[in-house]
Order: sequence, then structure tokens, then C-alpha cells
Amino acid sequence: MKLIVVSAGLSTPSSTRLLADRLAEAARDELAARGQAPSTQVVELRELAGDIANHLVTGFPPPRLSAAIDAVTAADGLIAVTPVFAASYSGLFKSFFDVIDPDALSGKPLLIAATGGTARHSLVLEHAVRPLFSYLRAVVVPTAVFAASEDWGSGGDEYTDGLPGRVRRAGAELAALMAARPVGEEPEDDVTILERQLADLRFD
Amino acid sequence: MQFGIFTVGDVTPDPTNGRTPTERERIKAMVAIALKAEEVGLDVFATGEHHNPPFVPSSPTTMLGYIAARTEKLILSTSTTLITTNDPVKIAEDYAMLQHLADGRVDLMLGRGNTGPVYPWFGQDIRQGINLAKENYALLRRLWREDVVDWEGTFRTPLQAFTSTPRPLDAVPPFVWHGSIRSPEVAEQAAFYGDGFFHNNIFWPADHTRRMVQLYRRRFAHHGHGRPEDAVVGLGGQVFMRKNSQDAVREFRPYFDNAPVYGHGPSLEDFTEQTPLTVGSPQQVIERTLSFRESVGDYQRQLFLMDHAGLPLKTVLEQLDILGEEVVPVLREEFAKGRPADVPEAPTHASLRAVREVSAA
Repeated sequence: MKLIVVSAGLSTPSSTRLLADRLAEAARDELAARGQAPSTQVVELRELAGDIANHLVTGFPPPRLSAAIDAVTAADGLIAVTPVFAASYSGLFKSFFDVIDPDALSGKPLLIAATGGTARHSLVLEHAVRPLFSYLRAVVVPTAVFAASEDWGSGGDEYTDGLPGRVRRAGAELAALMAARPVGEEPEDDVTILERQLADLRFD
Repeated sequence: MQFGIFTVGDVTPDPTNGRTPTERERIKAMVAIALKAEEVGLDVFATGEHHNPPFVPSSPTTMLGYIAARTEKLILSTSTTLITTNDPVKIAEDYAMLQHLADGRVDLMLGRGNTGPVYPWFGQDIRQGINLAKENYALLRRLWREDVVDWEGTFRTPLQAFTSTPRPLDAVPPFVWHGSIRSPEVAEQAAFYGDGFFHNNIFWPADHTRRMVQLYRRRFAHHGHGRPEDAVVGLGGQVFMRKNSQDAVREFRPYFDNAPVYGHGPSLEDFTEQTPLTVGSPQQVIERTLSFRESVGDYQRQLFLMDHAGLPLKTVLEQLDILGEEVVPVLREEFAKGRPADVPEAPTHASLRAVREVSAA
């Protein structure tokens, strides 16, 4: 079982990566409680920024980006975390999902999360990020996690869960969907897919 | 094995001096390049077809007819002829006419085209691209093979008792290649009919090219046209050469960096590593080109892109001298080594006519 974490943080270290790691840990803990031990791989988009731009220009991915795309395509569950830029996901985050095959995320359990300066941006997850992945037909878990700067230094109150509580809940939701998926579903190789497409075509 | 060049026909400013050729200059340059191809012993010249600036070749058979009159041996081809938006009746007529004028030195490469607005400009719907390619090609084949055609389809007006004139030279239709970069449907269409498959690999990594050609070869055999190694494969290539490889890199870099398609993207070094582009000495070009065979098996046609991105005509002609004098003779010799005797050559008018005479007898 493969859990792939996509982080679009730009600084090193970044709070986006910090949040991504907390979410991955929460999902892994819940899967462990269910007797599952997923492998986890983090895709740092910062390291692929040039490759992503080159793919947009040339139409094919350089080798490192190709490996990251393959990892996302073969994932059993995904966590995607972006900083909020200008009222939406960052351009780098969007560009990465622009160069992935539109069917690659179909049916995959996905946890979305974002970071920002203040909690006023938190609905970006619902207004921008969730529709993007709905379009890509991923199965997005109900809890989307937004971490504002102040969340890193405060707990919950009587009305709201603090960040750790939201992280745990979201991680558990993702884990439940991943655990419920049929296991051992190996990705078909390209040629198999091509052959099936071709079988549907008749040239006469 | 055939060697040649294919041109896009772009009018691009020379990035080293900012000068943009006029359309007339570019068209005349394309002709000069074709004549040079014959002079230096290349086999094929292919022109693109485009219907929007900055490209000039909207009327390939006009240009190829003119070149035919000024050459003796050169095979005239296209890269590509738009099977989606051209009327198949006009393709049948135009290329049969060209065949007669060129004494059979004609084949063509069909493509769907990659410019969205061309479909509506020519009254078509881009969402029907694949269906247009299927129906139009099926009609084109009949127009060349049957003297009188009754036909009804989805995309053009029906034909009753229609005869496409002139009839193909010696009743041998031009050989057809199907060109594609990423559509497996095109490999299937080529395989279905037993036509040639040209993978324009110049912007793509080798493993993708290998998969597409393998698919075509397998389906070619599946459809009963022979063994996988009997399939007719063409590949693209892109080179810039100087005696000293550092000089080649230095001279080509500004053209690469500002080129349409890939300019302002990856570095010359990365792109060279990831695609067939080779910038260096003639020996480097020879080694790289010979390595294509490892990806796709023994193949039939190798076309190079030599004249895009604003390279001045003088430079392109120098490149063709190097290609024809230093590179292609070695490639002919080396590709012949280890090539099984039963791997076919690319069909020509003469070879197709011979097959026809045998089957008629």
C-alpha cells in the first residue's frame, strides 16, 4: 500500500511540509491500528519546479518529474498540501496537477490541506482546492485541514478542534478510505491500456 | 534505407540579429533547401502543411510540384498532410496530379494537425478529430483504388458516380505514412492498413518512441500484413553540426534558446539528453542516429529537421552539405550492417508498381 504526499511549500523548511508530515503520520497511525503499514513517499514540488515548467513548454516530463508523476499515479492514497497564494492554491501546485494525466487521480482517496498567514484564508480549501480534485474525480475526504500561522501556537477551544485534532480526524478519514480499497491493484502498463483502447476502435 | 529532411516552414526571426525573413524569402529558401537535399544525395524532402502564421506552407502540392520540376531523384513528401480538415477528394486529386508531374516520386504523411482553430476555420469540429481521420482516409483510399466511387459518410457531401482525376500514376496510389507523436490510434490506423508509421520523435524521450513503434509493429502483424519486422517505420531527428562540437553548441544555442516549441524551457544540454536532438560533431550525430535502431529495430526512413528556429539559409545549406557528405554515407553503410536481408526497404513507386504487376500477372 502506497501513501504519496505532495507538498508545494517553497521555503526550506516550510510549514506546508510540516503540515504534510503531520497528516501523513496521522494517516499511518490509523492504518497501523488497522494492521496496515503503507510505504510513504513525499514529493516536494519545490525540487521539481524547473522540471514542471519545462514539461509545460515541451510536453514531456524530464526523468525526475516522470518518476514523481508515476508515484502519484500508482498511489493508493494521497495527501496534497499547498500554501495559499492570492486567494487560491499556488501556481506550482496547480501546474503539477496540470501535467498529470486527467484520469490519474480517478477514484483515489485524497486528503487536501493548506497553509496560510491567517485563518481568513481557510475556505480556499473548499472554494479552490476541493473543486480542482472533484474535477479530477479523486475521492476527497470530508475534513480538509487548514493551518494558519497561529494554529502552530494554540490549542482548540470549546467550539473548535485545535490543529492536532483536525489532523487526526483527517488522517483517520483518509486511512479508512485507503483501508477499504481493494489491495494489490497493480497499475496496468501503458501497452495494456493502449491495446484495450485500440480494441474499441474499428478502422474500415 | 531512406534519408531526408522535413521542414515545418516556420517564419521565425533570427535571434542573433532579429531579422525576420519575408514570406517570399522563406518559401524560396524552402525550395533552395529541397534542391540542396537532392544535390547532396538525400532521398526525401517533406514539407509541413499549416494554415496560420508564422508558417508559410499552406499549399504543399504547389511547392512540391515546383520542386519536382527542378529535381530528378528526390522523393517528395509531406510532414504532415491534414487528413482531418482537408477534403479527401482534393487530397486524392492533388497528390495524383503531383505523382504524374513527378514521375511517381511522391508519397505523403498523414496527420491530424495540432492547431485547434484550423478545424473550425475549415468547417470541422475538433472533437471529431479521430473520426474525421478515419472516415476521410477510408474515402481517400477508395478514390485512389476504385475508378468510380459511390460513397456516403458523415462529414462531407455524398458522392455518386464520382471519378477522381487524374487516376494514380500506373494505377499505383502514393504510399502513405501515418505520422503521430502520442496517439496510439494513429499507430493502429497505420497497422490496420499496412501503411507506414512515422513517429515524429524529435521532442520525445526514446522510451516513448520505442513503445509507440512496438505497438505499431505488433498490430501490423496482428492485422495480417507480415511479421512485426516487415512494418514500415520512419523516425524524425534534429541535428546541428560543426567540425568541432563546442563550435556547434555555441552557434546553435541562441536558436535553441529562442526556438518555437521548446525555447525558453529546458537547457540545450537537458534537451539533448532527453530527446534525439544532437548538437555536435558529425561523428556524434552518426553515433546518436545509429542508436535509434536499438529503440525501434531496423527501420526504413530517417528524416532530419534542419531549417527551423530562424536559422539563416546559408547555415542550413552548410548543414545539408555536412549531412549529405559526411553523415548520411556513413549511416547508410552502418545501418546496412547487421540488417537482415528480409527487412523491407521503404516502398517507392517503382517497388509498388512491381508488386502490382506481379499480382496482376
